[in-house]
Amino acid sequence: MEYLSLFVKSIFVDNMIFAYFLGMCSYLAVSKNVKTATGLGVAVIFVLLVTLPINYLLNKYMLQPGALSWIGEQYAEIDLSFLSFIVFIAVIAAIVQIVEMVVEKFAPALYSSLGIFLPLIAVNCAILGGSLFMQERDYANLGEATVYALGSGIGWFLAIVALAAIREKMAYSHVPAPLKGLGITFITVGLMGIAFMTFMGIQL
Amino acid sequence: MKDWKETLLNPIFKGNPITVLVLGICSSLAVTVQLKGAFVMALSVIVVTGLSSFVVSLMRNSIPNRIRIIVQLVVVALMVILVDQVLKAYAYSISKTLSVYIGLIITNCIVMGRIEAYALGNKPLPSLLDGLANGAGYGLILVVVAFFRELLGSGTLFGFRIIPESFYGAGYMNNGLMILPPMALILLGCIIWIQRAIQKDLQEK
Repeated sequence: MEYLSLFVKSIFVDNMIFAYFLGMCSYLAVSKNVKTATGLGVAVIFVLLVTLPINYLLNKYMLQPGALSWIGEQYAEIDLSFLSFIVFIAVIAAIVQIVEMVVEKFAPALYSSLGIFLPLIAVNCAILGGSLFMQERDYANLGEATVYALGSGIGWFLAIVALAAIREKMAYSHVPAPLKGLGITFITVGLMGIAFMTFMGIQL
Repeated sequence: MKDWKETLLNPIFKGNPITVLVLGICSSLAVTVQLKGAFVMALSVIVVTGLSSFVVSLMRNSIPNRIRIIVQLVVVALMVILVDQVLKAYAYSISKTLSVYIGLIITNCIVMGRIEAYALGNKPLPSLLDGLANGAGYGLILVVVAFFRELLGSGTLFGFRIIPESFYGAGYMNNGLMILPPMALILLGCIIWIQRAIQKDLQEK
């Protein structure tokens, strides 16, 4: 039951885009049509799902204060948490590279549809943000971290597909010239964010 | 000398990284509920962009082209760790409110964007200036958004009460909507609107 609650919460209430503005750059740049938006969304879910559990384990057994005690008593007092940024970003960059190669080898069809987005994702704030939130909120076990990764990935996916659909329609409407493009997109995202706030306070 | 002025002023107004180049919006808006947080965030970004541009530019002739992204990431991550540790040591409560957003400066596109576009091809000192100026352009938007959100949302600036009590007595109320995250986006949309209404050449077709 806790898993379900965490899952729904990370999709709707703690939505990466609307509550924390994570991954905004690619969110705005790649949301011009639904097809590419779907591709990027799927890629984000995928990479989050792979990197977040790995970073969870690294954090638990290497970075946290006292995390190294499994090697021996004398290491129990070492606190490596200041290294977490550099470890997380290195893991993400490496995983993205590996995932890209694996997908290219074993699923060429998927690769050709995700292809260009995979390298972009290494610098997507949503991925690093997911790992940092995981560290800050101190999830109890690997299961929770994985559920959180899946939920926030799906939340990001929903947000980008919805925005792309709106922007496709908006291309035909009369927007004041200075607002065209970027300006109206920001305001649309803001309004969508307000709509998403209705999910606040949902308890399962 | 004129070049330097250009390098310094262009990113702040005409080529502002947020409103014109659409870089680095990711980590920028969640910290704008209060002016104090936005100010510290702006300073951190200025330091990180400036120093990492400077360092990468120093090494630009010895970085092999194929692995330059990872080298840049390491340099940027190093600067962010420094900033984070300094904040934790001297301004712990602010570093708590900024939470993960300091760490997210690593993936802030402005930093990487300026390194790729400028620092790799220019001497260290102009790179430093370029980095500082782009950080400042980013910080400016952050501070403007935070100014309106804090003033209208809680009636304070830097935590000091600006709107007098008598206003509240007469029925004035804080706009609770301003505190919510989506308002940051809408305000930013309005800033872009105003800027593009003034600088017509920036309008999209």
